[in-house]
Amino acid sequence: MRRIGFLVILAAIWEAGSRLSGLPAYMFPSLVQVGETLWQGILSGQITTAIGISLGRLLIGFTVAIILGLIFGYLIWRYKLVEDTLGFLVTALQSIPSIVWFPLAIIWFGLNDKAILFIVTIGATWTMTVSAASGFKNVPRLYQRVAKTFGSKGFHFIRTVILPASVPQLISGLRIAWAFAWRALMAGELLGAAGGLGHLLDMGRSLGQMDLVITIMIIIGVIGTIIDNFVFMKLEKNVQRKWGLSTN
Amino acid sequence: MYLHINGIEKSFKQERKNDLKVLDHIDLEIERGQFVSIVGPSGCGKSTLLYLIAGLEKPNAGEILVDGKAVKGPGPERVVVFQEDGLFPWLSVLDNVMYGLLIKGMDKKEAKAKAIEMLKLVHLSNYIESFPHQLSGGMKQRVAIARALVMEPDILLMDEPFAALDEQTRMVLHKELLELWNTLKITIVFITHNIREAVLLSEKVVVFATRPGKIKDIFTAKTTRDGITPDDVTLHLEQQILESLQGEIEKVLKEEMGDDYNFETNRVSRNIGGDMGSGI
Repeated sequence: MRRIGFLVILAAIWEAGSRLSGLPAYMFPSLVQVGETLWQGILSGQITTAIGISLGRLLIGFTVAIILGLIFGYLIWRYKLVEDTLGFLVTALQSIPSIVWFPLAIIWFGLNDKAILFIVTIGATWTMTVSAASGFKNVPRLYQRVAKTFGSKGFHFIRTVILPASVPQLISGLRIAWAFAWRALMAGELLGAAGGLGHLLDMGRSLGQMDLVITIMIIIGVIGTIIDNFVFMKLEKNVQRKWGLSTN
Repeated sequence: MYLHINGIEKSFKQERKNDLKVLDHIDLEIERGQFVSIVGPSGCGKSTLLYLIAGLEKPNAGEILVDGKAVKGPGPERVVVFQEDGLFPWLSVLDNVMYGLLIKGMDKKEAKAKAIEMLKLVHLSNYIESFPHQLSGGMKQRVAIARALVMEPDILLMDEPFAALDEQTRMVLHKELLELWNTLKITIVFITHNIREAVLLSEKVVVFATRPGKIKDIFTAKTTRDGITPDDVTLHLEQQILESLQGEIEKVLKEEMGDDYNFETNRVSRNIGGDMGSGI
């Protein structure tokens, strides 16, 4: 309720600001104008297709990143040699914003979907690797000993002890990886790829349609919030309730 | 002999120091169905010996034979109950107890029936669907015991299982453990630093010397199998064990507090009835 009130006030200030500032609409579009663009975009299917394309790319890149991250994390946890080599490299790679890879990606894959997917994947993989490795490393020795005395080993051991025991940490890893992937996607699409929200954003810029730009910004924010609140927070809360960890 | 511990030595590697020898030539024989306690000051390697029997650690020398077969690694016939319950927080009580049975390849229905039966035996049939965090410390430890016993192990290894519990809970669990031991007739190796607990429960009490861990004395207690042992018998035995331990306690204290510390043996002996073993 407080949040809705806050948004209403914000909207009012915006509308008033845009009307009173005297700036032309292409520089500071009003709320009504943005709303109209949004509505038109949804009706014409322009925005909805863009959302679909973007989410599709995101989902593929994110999934690949999670799988890679889990595998790398496992290797780092399991083998000291990998930890000293790959583990070190990953920390370095993590500090490179993924969009920096874009020039390379264009050369390798061309200016297309593959390049975008590459950026998204690489943006999320390293964070996921770090979270997975530290999650696996922090699995209490006690659980591992218990499982071993019961005769668990190999893949069964990973599946029934290491993975579930590191779930709390994996979830926060997923959340950060998601945020990284989302940013990488927008940056990649903005710089060049057919379709997608970022592309629409770039179109708005070149046509001087700031109402479209703001519309896309709002959509990006809304999607990010929805995913974070309804997917990750919910997951996190479920685990906390089940495990009896602190619940807020 | 059923459990045969033969010249076991174990050292741990230390950084920039010589290896720390924790167990020095341990020989111990345990009969089938016996309840054996191992007492000793903290850091004497008694837990390490338990992990060696469990197969969780490997000895530097010597071997451990169970029923004539050498222990090579952990296995479900030698299950450990740890000081902390070690229940998996992501599984319900029932799933925790079923965990080992399913590894054995038991049919899910059968495993469930068995797990429920075992939970009944430890008086937890009302908490089958609960998750570990919803249980009290004593209940969790009961689940851990049920989870171990449901495997029908030949040897139950217990590493200070009741140390973290309050006195009342511990008393109840002592009684229950003895009942279970009587019904199931398994071999139990029980690690504790509490002399009274050792005397109360077991038929044989092994006293450990420390740094490196060695067997100092072995006492045979009047069996509790056929009823409650009279207080004066246990008290006498407790006293003997404490005397045997005194030198070791002093050693540990001196190491921790400096050489000038003097552990007054006589005073402690007189106070023995008051806080038996709790100071170790």
